[in-house]
Amino acid sequence: MIDPITLITALIATSTPILLAAIGELVVEKSGVLNLGVEGMMIIGAVCGFMVAVGTGSPWLGFVAGMAGATALSLVFAFLTQVLLSNQVATGLALTLFGLGLAALLGEPYAGIIPPPTSDVFPQAMHAIPVIGPILLSHDIIIYLSVALVAATWFVLKHTRVGLILRAVGENHDAAHALGYKVVRIRVLAIMFGGACAGLGGAYLSLVRVPSWTEGMTVGAGWIALAIVVFASWKPWRALIGAYLFGGIAALQLRLQAAEIGVPVALLDASPYLVTIIVLVVISSDRSRAALNAPAALGRVFHATS
Amino acid sequence: MTKFTKLLATAAVAVGLALPAVAQEDPFQIGYVYVGPVGDYGWTWTHDQGRQAVEAAYGDRVETVYAENVPEGADAERVMTQMILGGADMILTTSFGYREATENVARQFPDVHFEHATGYLDDNSPSNVAVYSARFYEGRAVMGHIAGHMTESNIVGYIASYPIPEVIRGINSAFIHARQVNPDVEFRVVWAYTWFDPAVEADAAQALLDAGADVILQHTDSTAPMTVLAAAGAYGFGQASDMIQFAPAPRISSIMDQWGDYYVRRVGEAMDGTWAQSNTWEGIADGMVGIGEITDAIPAEVRASATALRDAIAAGTYQPFTGPINRQDGSVWLAAGETADDLTLATLRFYVEGLTGDIPN
Repeated sequence: MIDPITLITALIATSTPILLAAIGELVVEKSGVLNLGVEGMMIIGAVCGFMVAVGTGSPWLGFVAGMAGATALSLVFAFLTQVLLSNQVATGLALTLFGLGLAALLGEPYAGIIPPPTSDVFPQAMHAIPVIGPILLSHDIIIYLSVALVAATWFVLKHTRVGLILRAVGENHDAAHALGYKVVRIRVLAIMFGGACAGLGGAYLSLVRVPSWTEGMTVGAGWIALAIVVFASWKPWRALIGAYLFGGIAALQLRLQAAEIGVPVALLDASPYLVTIIVLVVISSDRSRAALNAPAALGRVFHATS
Repeated sequence: MTKFTKLLATAAVAVGLALPAVAQEDPFQIGYVYVGPVGDYGWTWTHDQGRQAVEAAYGDRVETVYAENVPEGADAERVMTQMILGGADMILTTSFGYREATENVARQFPDVHFEHATGYLDDNSPSNVAVYSARFYEGRAVMGHIAGHMTESNIVGYIASYPIPEVIRGINSAFIHARQVNPDVEFRVVWAYTWFDPAVEADAAQALLDAGADVILQHTDSTAPMTVLAAAGAYGFGQASDMIQFAPAPRISSIMDQWGDYYVRRVGEAMDGTWAQSNTWEGIADGMVGIGEITDAIPAEVRASATALRDAIAAGTYQPFTGPINRQDGSVWLAAGETADDLTLATLRFYVEGLTGDIPN
C-alpha cells in the first residue's frame, strides 16, 4: 500500500532544506542573536544557486553561490544589528521581505528553466541493494553533508572551547566581554554561518528538491526552520529529529491520500505541524531545566560600554 | 509597471502606507489582488498577463497596481482598502477565497467596482461586485480524454488544491472523459491544500508516482510537478499557463486561462459608465479557456480525437456533463441526454460514480 522505503527516501530529501536552515539558525541563536530573516536568506540562496548553476552548468558551483549569496545578505543583518545596534526582530523581518523581493527581481529571467542535475555520491548499482540502497546510498552529497553538519555542530557546541565561547556569548554577553571575548566578532561569524546554511538549504530547494526556480518558492520553509529550533530547545540532534519528522509526516500524509485511506484530509494536511510540535515539546519537557536551554541573551542588543 | 516599482508598492503595502497616487490627468486606477507571485508561470501569471493587456489597450488612460501573495482572509481586506485609499477605482480579486473580503470592502466603498474571480453572487452580494470565471471543466474534459488514452498503469494522479466546486468539477470532468475512452482507468486525488507551494506540489507528484500513477493532472499553480514528471518519464498537462517549456513531454497539452479580453472589456465599461454587476462564465468558445498545443508525444489518432472533442465543446454541440451520469453513491445525477445546468455546476460538491476516495469537508 505505502512503500516505507520510497517514503523514507522521499522524507530525507523533503527535510534537508529545512534541516540546513535550522542548524544554521541554531548556531546563530546560541550566540544570542535572533535572526528572523531565515526565509529571506533561503530564497536568496535558492535564486543565487540557481542562477550560477544554470550559468555554469555546475550544480556544485551553484551550491557555493547559494551559500555566498545568503551569507552576503546575512552580513547586512550583521551590520545593522551588531554595528548599528538595530532591533533584531524588526531587522530580521525586514531581511525576509528584502530577500523575497530581491530574489524575485534576480530570478525573473530564470522561470521555467531546468537546472543541471545533481549527481549522487554512490554509483547507480549500489542503489539496487535492498532497503539500505535506496535509504542510505541513493543520495547526493548535500544530504550526507547536512547530517555531518548536525554532528559537527553538536560536537563543537558541546565539547570544544569554541563552542563554549559561543555559548558564553549567547548566555551573557557582558560577562563574555569582560573576559575579553570579542562578542561582536563572534556573533558576526555565527550570523554568517547561519546565512551560509540557509543559503545552502535554499539552493538545495531550487536545484534538487523542486528543481526549478519559481518566485516565492520557499513558501514558509524558513519559518518552519525557526520554529524547529525553538521546539528542539536549541539542541542539534533534536533539530534533526524535528526536521525529519516534519518532512516525514508531510511525505507520509500525501501518500496516505494517494492510497485513499479514509483519514480526514484536513487532519492529514495539518499533521506535519501538529506532530512535530507535539513530539518536540514532549521530548523537550522531560527535564525541568528545559526552559533554561534558551540562550539567556537571545535577541538582546549588546553595547560595549567600556 | 516595472519590477522595481512593484517592490516599492509591496513594501508600501507591507508597512501599511497608502500607495502613492499619481496625480497627472487622474488615470483610471485598477488594483489587482493576487494569491500567488506573478512569476508562478501559472494562475497568477495568467491574471497578470490580463493586467498587461489592459495597460496595452488603454495606455495612459489607466494605471494598474498589484499586490502578490495576499493571504485569503482578513489581510486581503487591508490590501484592498489600501489600494482604494491610494486612488483605485476598480479592484480585481483573483481567487475564490477572497469572496468574503471582497464583499466586505465593496460594502464600504460603493463607488468602487469590484471583480471577483471564480466567485458567486447571492442575495446579499453588494451591487458593485461582479463575478467571473472560466469553464475550466471544458478543458479538463479534453485533458481527461488524453490522460485516459495515455496511461498504461491505468492510474491517473490528480494534484488538487482545495475542495471547492471549481476543483471538484475539474476532477469529475477529467474522470468522466478518461473513463469514456478507458473503462479501467482509476483516479488518485491528493489534496495539497495550497494553490502555490512548489515543494509540496513536487512532493505530491512524487507521492502519486510512487502510488503507481503515470499520468498526472494538476490543479495547483507552479511548474514544480512538471520537473518531477520529466525526471520520471511520466506525462502531465500545463495548468493555467501553457508551460510550453516542458513540451513535447512531460507536458503533452495544457489548459490556458486567457483573461485579457474580459479585463479589457470590463475596464472599458467601468470607464465609460456602463459597468454593471454580472456573472460571467465563459469557456473554450469565448476564448477564456484555451487548449495548448497537443504535442506529438501523443499518438496521432488521440490527437485527432482530442481536437475533435475540443471543437465539439467550442461549437456547443457537446456539453462535458451530459448524462447518463451517476453520483458516486450510485444515485442518478443526470439521465441519458440530460445536461447539467450552471447552478448545479457552480455549486458541485460531489464526485461522480467511479471515483474512489472522499471529498474533504
